[in-house]
Amino acid sequence: MITLESLTKRYGEATVVDAVSLTVERNSITVIVGTSGSGKSTLLRMINRLVEPTSGRVLLDGRDTRAEPAHLLRRRIGYVIQGNGLFPHRTVAENIATVPRLLGWDSQRIAARVRELLEVFQLDPAQYADALPHQLSGGQQQRVGVARALAAGAAVLLMDEPFGALDPIIRAKAQDDLLDIQRRYGTTVVLVTHDMEEAFRLGTRVAVMSQGRVLQYDRPAVLLTHPADSFVSRMTGFADRAMRLLSLTTAAEAAVPGAAEGPAVPGSASLREVLSELVWSGAESATVLNADGTPRGRLTVAAILARGRP
Amino acid sequence: MTGPRRLRLDPLGALLVAAGAAAVVFLPFVLFKANRIVPGEPRALAQVLPEWGALAYQAALLAAGIVALLVSEARTRLAVALLAVVAVALAAGAAGDALTPPGNRVVRIAPGGAFWVLLIGLGLMATDAVTRLRPGPLVRVLYLAGSLAVLGLTLEHGTFDHLSVMREYAVNAARFGPELRRHVLLAFGSLAAAVVVALPLGVVCHRAPKLRPGILAALNVVQTIPAIALFGILMAPLGALAAAVPLAGRLGVSGIGAAPAAVALFLYSLLPVVANTATGLKRVSRAAVEAAHGMGMTSWQVLTGVELILALPVILTGIRVVLVQNIGMVTVAALIGGGGLGAFVFQGIGQTAIDLVLLGAIPIVALAFSTALVLDALVEVMERSRA
Repeated sequence: MITLESLTKRYGEATVVDAVSLTVERNSITVIVGTSGSGKSTLLRMINRLVEPTSGRVLLDGRDTRAEPAHLLRRRIGYVIQGNGLFPHRTVAENIATVPRLLGWDSQRIAARVRELLEVFQLDPAQYADALPHQLSGGQQQRVGVARALAAGAAVLLMDEPFGALDPIIRAKAQDDLLDIQRRYGTTVVLVTHDMEEAFRLGTRVAVMSQGRVLQYDRPAVLLTHPADSFVSRMTGFADRAMRLLSLTTAAEAAVPGAAEGPAVPGSASLREVLSELVWSGAESATVLNADGTPRGRLTVAAILARGRP
Repeated sequence: MTGPRRLRLDPLGALLVAAGAAAVVFLPFVLFKANRIVPGEPRALAQVLPEWGALAYQAALLAAGIVALLVSEARTRLAVALLAVVAVALAAGAAGDALTPPGNRVVRIAPGGAFWVLLIGLGLMATDAVTRLRPGPLVRVLYLAGSLAVLGLTLEHGTFDHLSVMREYAVNAARFGPELRRHVLLAFGSLAAAVVVALPLGVVCHRAPKLRPGILAALNVVQTIPAIALFGILMAPLGALAAAVPLAGRLGVSGIGAAPAAVALFLYSLLPVVANTATGLKRVSRAAVEAAHGMGMTSWQVLTGVELILALPVILTGIRVVLVQNIGMVTVAALIGGGGLGAFVFQGIGQTAIDLVLLGAIPIVALAFSTALVLDALVEVMERSRA
């Protein structure tokens, strides 16, 4: 659990982060979203003390982060940035081994850990362990960046626009991978982005920032149904809000028992996708399938539409 | 367009052939001097070489001329150019042997204008061929090592012992080794001392941008002072230091000699290394540095493990500039008693003995050329290993 207590950063006269307090739950993804210059990156960098706060404090599992030297703190916290920041002169394996090496692990343990991570991140060790970063594609580099951040088993992962440099298709894959990894390791993730779509897709909770302040910090559905002010409602997409709300619920969650005459859809599809399918096919209802392909229930257009209202 | 392909003349080859032909026709190949100071009388090769030797020499030059003009394949050009270099060198060596009366140590057989023009022309042809082949850095170093080995073996064998420069060497053999060592020591030693000071200064320029203009401006002023003037400026304070501190005097510090030369070279070396260190650090990927800090490296670990390593090719480029510059500049140090190969150059000028000048000058050029080549190769290897 990460607790921010009235965290403030000033550069001269300018207040970049203004008395932000919030609590990040363990084993969740918290997304900080805002326009550029909103102070979201500075807020993130105060958690691992790349930026020292002017006032306020950060508690990591109840312990003040200033209780130990900054570089020792950072070895316990994963950090991923836009453009991945891999060391161009070190191989993929050496990049991933950075923090374990700083922590003084023995070489066998490091080698085993590197191999494990390469496999988890779908990079064949035989092919990629000794490659240099520039020999990898953008998506692979991004995965190595995340693997490096998690190499020493960090319980907390800070990500600053981690998918900003990727094209849309690879970005969607990288977002899915992050959700998998987060579930697999139970990591507490704090992610900064300017992309509301990404925030809704990934965030257990989303903090909307503007001019150094957190305007609202809640579950995505609440941001849509009860925006704190007009800025939040503009950020979350006023015109699009019904569709966004539908995108937050999966077909499996909304399905009711019964048979349907329309198309079959996977349970993992969002209601927005099911609605789109129904509009396209002209049917009134769809059959929702379980992961194993057996029918789970049905969804009617009316039932879906009802879920798009606050 | 169809039709027979027209013969294409190689432009560089045409220029070289013209220069070489003119030199062979109008300039002497060897000069016979009754002693080391008088001007020489030209001697034709036909007079001195055995018939088969003259024929082989002419055939090699003819082949080089034809290939230079008409063949564009780089390997052939290189092979023929090198072959002709060997022919020219052997001809000069043989001329020296033939023209020197047995037991006579006074006469000097000096290579003439045609020899030098041919050597430079063939050298250019070979370098051009090597450039066209685009060899990797390691291969270039191997080429250099091979050439130096061949040169060393021929010198050892005594092929050129009767030529004037080698005669001067024979007379000065006892001094040559120590002066060469001193030359190298002054050039490399002043660089090493400069790197020790310049690297931290470069890091300061990078980390404290406010200090950067001041540091670079001060070093720039040093760079604009001519070498001779700087030696002069240093004489007074170093002389005073030696007088005031007996220990300094005993360590060899004095107003003239190696001390002011070393200090001057050290000062000249600072700017290129400081400037390149600062530039190199600035060009390091900011994301990599940010990530390094973010993962918990200490400031020192980031500097030594990431920043300096990534800046190394640029820093080495600065070191290369300094080294080549130093090897040349040490020559002038001989004027104030600093020693080095420049001692032969200035002694030769004083005695109007051009062969003695060459005894100093040729090794200096070879040293500078080899150093530049090796360091260039090193920089390229480093840049290739990333991208």
